[in-house]
Amino acid sequence: MLEIRDLHVKVEGKEILTGIDLKVNAGETHAIMGPNGSGKSTLARVLAGHPSYEVTKGEVLYNGKNLLELAPEMRAREGVFLAFQYPTDIPGVSNVYFLKSALNAIRAHKGLEEMDALEFLDFIKEKIKTVEMDESFINRPVNEGFSGGEKKKNEILQMAVLEPRLSILDETDSGLDIDALRIVAAGVSQLKSPERSVILVTHYQRLLHYIVPDFVHVLMGGRIVKSGGKDLALQLEAQGYDWVKEGAHRK
Amino acid sequence: MPRNPAAAENHFQPADDFLSPIAPYGCETKDMSDPERFVNQEYKYGFVTNVDADALPRGLNEDIVRMISAKKKEPAFMLDWRLKAYRRWVTMKEPRWQQVQYPPIDYQDMIYYSAPKPRKKLNSLDEVDKEVLETFAKLGIPLEEQKRLAGVAVDAVFDSVSVATTFKETLQKAGVIFCSFSEAVQNHPDLVKKYLGSVVPYADNFFATLNSAVFSDGSFCYVPKGVRCPMELSTYFRINAADTGQFERTLIVAEEGSYVSYLEGCTAPIRDKNQLHAAVVELVALGNAQIKYSTVQNWYAGDKNGKGGIYNFVTKRGKCEGPNSKISWTQVETGSSITWKYPSVILKGDSSVGEFYSVALTNHHQQADTGTKMTHIGKNTRSTIISKGISARQGSNTYRGLVKILPKAENAKNYTQCDSLLLGNRSEANTFPYIEVENNTARVEHEASTSKISEDQLFYCRQRGLSAENAISMIINGFCKEVFKNLPMEFAVEATKLLNVSLEGSVG
Repeated sequence: MLEIRDLHVKVEGKEILTGIDLKVNAGETHAIMGPNGSGKSTLARVLAGHPSYEVTKGEVLYNGKNLLELAPEMRAREGVFLAFQYPTDIPGVSNVYFLKSALNAIRAHKGLEEMDALEFLDFIKEKIKTVEMDESFINRPVNEGFSGGEKKKNEILQMAVLEPRLSILDETDSGLDIDALRIVAAGVSQLKSPERSVILVTHYQRLLHYIVPDFVHVLMGGRIVKSGGKDLALQLEAQGYDWVKEGAHRK
Repeated sequence: MPRNPAAAENHFQPADDFLSPIAPYGCETKDMSDPERFVNQEYKYGFVTNVDADALPRGLNEDIVRMISAKKKEPAFMLDWRLKAYRRWVTMKEPRWQQVQYPPIDYQDMIYYSAPKPRKKLNSLDEVDKEVLETFAKLGIPLEEQKRLAGVAVDAVFDSVSVATTFKETLQKAGVIFCSFSEAVQNHPDLVKKYLGSVVPYADNFFATLNSAVFSDGSFCYVPKGVRCPMELSTYFRINAADTGQFERTLIVAEEGSYVSYLEGCTAPIRDKNQLHAAVVELVALGNAQIKYSTVQNWYAGDKNGKGGIYNFVTKRGKCEGPNSKISWTQVETGSSITWKYPSVILKGDSSVGEFYSVALTNHHQQADTGTKMTHIGKNTRSTIISKGISARQGSNTYRGLVKILPKAENAKNYTQCDSLLLGNRSEANTFPYIEVENNTARVEHEASTSKISEDQLFYCRQRGLSAENAISMIINGFCKEVFKNLPMEFAVEATKLLNVSLEGSVG
C-alpha cells in the first residue's frame, strides 16, 4: 500500500528526515516510535502533504501512485487520513457540516453519489457511538472550545466517518486519560480490515497496549534505526531509547 | 447653513446633525504576512440590455431638476423639495474623511435620468419589454409565478422606473402599500409629504442632498397599524444605462404595532467607467413596530486592476419613533468598487432597539468604509452591532461606527463586536469605533478582533478532502455566521453563494 524510499525532508532549511525507508502492506498496523524531535510528526505531516515541508530526495508510492505529486486534498480523497496532533478549530462551522462536506468530496472523487443531509445525519449518529460522545457534539463548531480529549475523539470520529485506507495517527494518545485512550483505541480497531492500514506515531508505548501493532520502528535523527515486532515496543518502554542509539552507532 | 467639512473632520456634532462625518481616527491594522496566491474571477452579472432609453442630457442644473420632476408629473411640493435640495447641494462639498480613495467625480458629466421608453402603460408582466424581462431572468430575479409561491413581492427598479410590481393584491388586502416611489407620489402624496425627509433631511449630507434633488424612483412601503406584512417585500435594483447615476429613494413607514421585513438586492453590468450610486433609505418605526431591512449588495466591483465599478455612496437611516419599536439592518456587501454607508438607527422611543449586522467583503481593489451609528435618545434603549469585515488581495475594509448615548437615555445599552478577517498580505483592515456617552447609567461594550485564515486551518480542511477554495469559503462562512443567521432563509443562501463567487480563485 505504502512504500517510502530514501525520503529526505527539509523544513525552514533544516533537514529533518535524512533517509526514511518504510513499507506498509494492506491490513498492517505499524507503530513509529522515537524520542522528541526525532522527526516522527514530520513524517506524518509529509505523508499528508503539509505545504511547509520540502522533500529534497526520495519517493513515496501509495497504491502505485507517486504520493508526493498529489495535493493534500487528493491524498485525502485517495484514502490518506491524518489524525492531527494539534487539531485546529474552525469557528462558526459545525462539525456535522464540515464532515458532510468532507465525506461528499471524497465520495464524489470515488464516483459515488453525494449523501444528503438526512442520510448523513443517520450515518453520523451511528458513527458517533464509536467515540461515546453525545449527539450534540456534531452541532458544535469544529474543535472550537473543545477540551484536548474532545479534540482527539473528534479526530477519531472523522476517521470513522471518512473510512480511510491509510490512517496516520500523530500522537493521538498524548494527553489522554485512560478512558479516552480506550475510546481512541476502539475507534482504530473498529476500522481495521485486510484492506486498511494504520501508522501510529507515538512517543509512549501506552497506546500499544490497546492497539497491537504488527511492526514497530524506531525513528532517531531523521531515520529509522531499528525495526521489530510488538516486543520492541515493550523493550523500549523498559529500557528507553538510549540503547537503540548506541546500537545504531555500532551499526 | 451648509456644514463646514473642515470642521467636521475633527469633531462630531450631536444628534440634530446626525449624519455629520465621523472623524477618521482610531486603531489601524495592516496585514503584512501570507504568501501572494490569488487569481481572477469574472463578474457574472455583467451584461447590458439594449432598450431605448429616454434620457435627459448630461449635467446637472435647476432645469434638469425641473425636467425630472416634470417627467414624473410630480406635484408642486415635490419640485419645491427637489429645488431646495439642489440649491443646498451646490453649496456643499463632497466629504473626504472616509478611508477610501477615488479620482474626482465630474457631476456635470453624468446623466441624471434614464428610463426605458415605454410603448404604452403597462398592465401586466406580459407587456413589459421582453429584453428587460430577459435581463431579470439572467439575474435570476423571479418576477413571476415561482416567486409568488415563495411568497415574495418584488418591486423591480430597472434604471429609474419601476417596470413591474407584483403581488399588489395580497398586500392590498392586508392594507399594505408597496409601490414605486413615483406611484406613491401620485397616489399617496400625503404620506410622502409627511414622511419624506423626516429621517434623512434634504440637507443631510452631500450625497443625500444630491439624491434629494435628482432621485428618479425607488420604493415606498406603508404598513398600517397592527398589521404584520404577509410576505417579505423585495426590491431588486439594477443599473443598466451607461453613465447613469442611480439615485433611488426608499421610504418605509411602519405604523404602531406593525411588522415588515424588506429585502434589497443589487447588481449592475460591467462598464469601464465608474458609476455613481447615491441612494437614500428612510425607515420610520412607530410604537411597538418592527422593521427588518436586509441588503445583499453585489454591484459591479470593477476589474482586478481596479478599473470600473460602482461608487456606492448611500445614506440609510431608521428612526425608532415610538416606544418598544425595533429596527434591524442586516447587510452583506460584496460588490461595488467603493462602499460608503452607515445604516443607522435613531433610538428615540423608550425601550426601542436598534441592530446592525454586517458582512463586508473587499477583493482586488475594492474599498469599503462602512459601519453604523446608534444614537440613543430614549430610556432603556438597546443597540447591537455585529460587523464582519473580510479583505482579500489589495482590498481595504474599514469599520466606522458611532455609539452615542444622549443625556436622557437612562440605562441605555450597546454591544459592539467588530471582527476582521484578512486574506493575503496586501489586504487591509481598519476599525474606527467612536463612542460618546453622556449618561453615566449607560453600558457600552466593544469587542474587536483581527485574524487571518491560517495555513493550519487550510491544511486541516484539505487533509479531510476539501479543495482549498471550498475550505476558504467554509471558513469565511463560519466567520460570517452570526450575521447570516439574521438574514431571511432565501437571502442567507444567496449571500453564502455570493461570498463564494466573490472569492473564487482567492487561493491557488
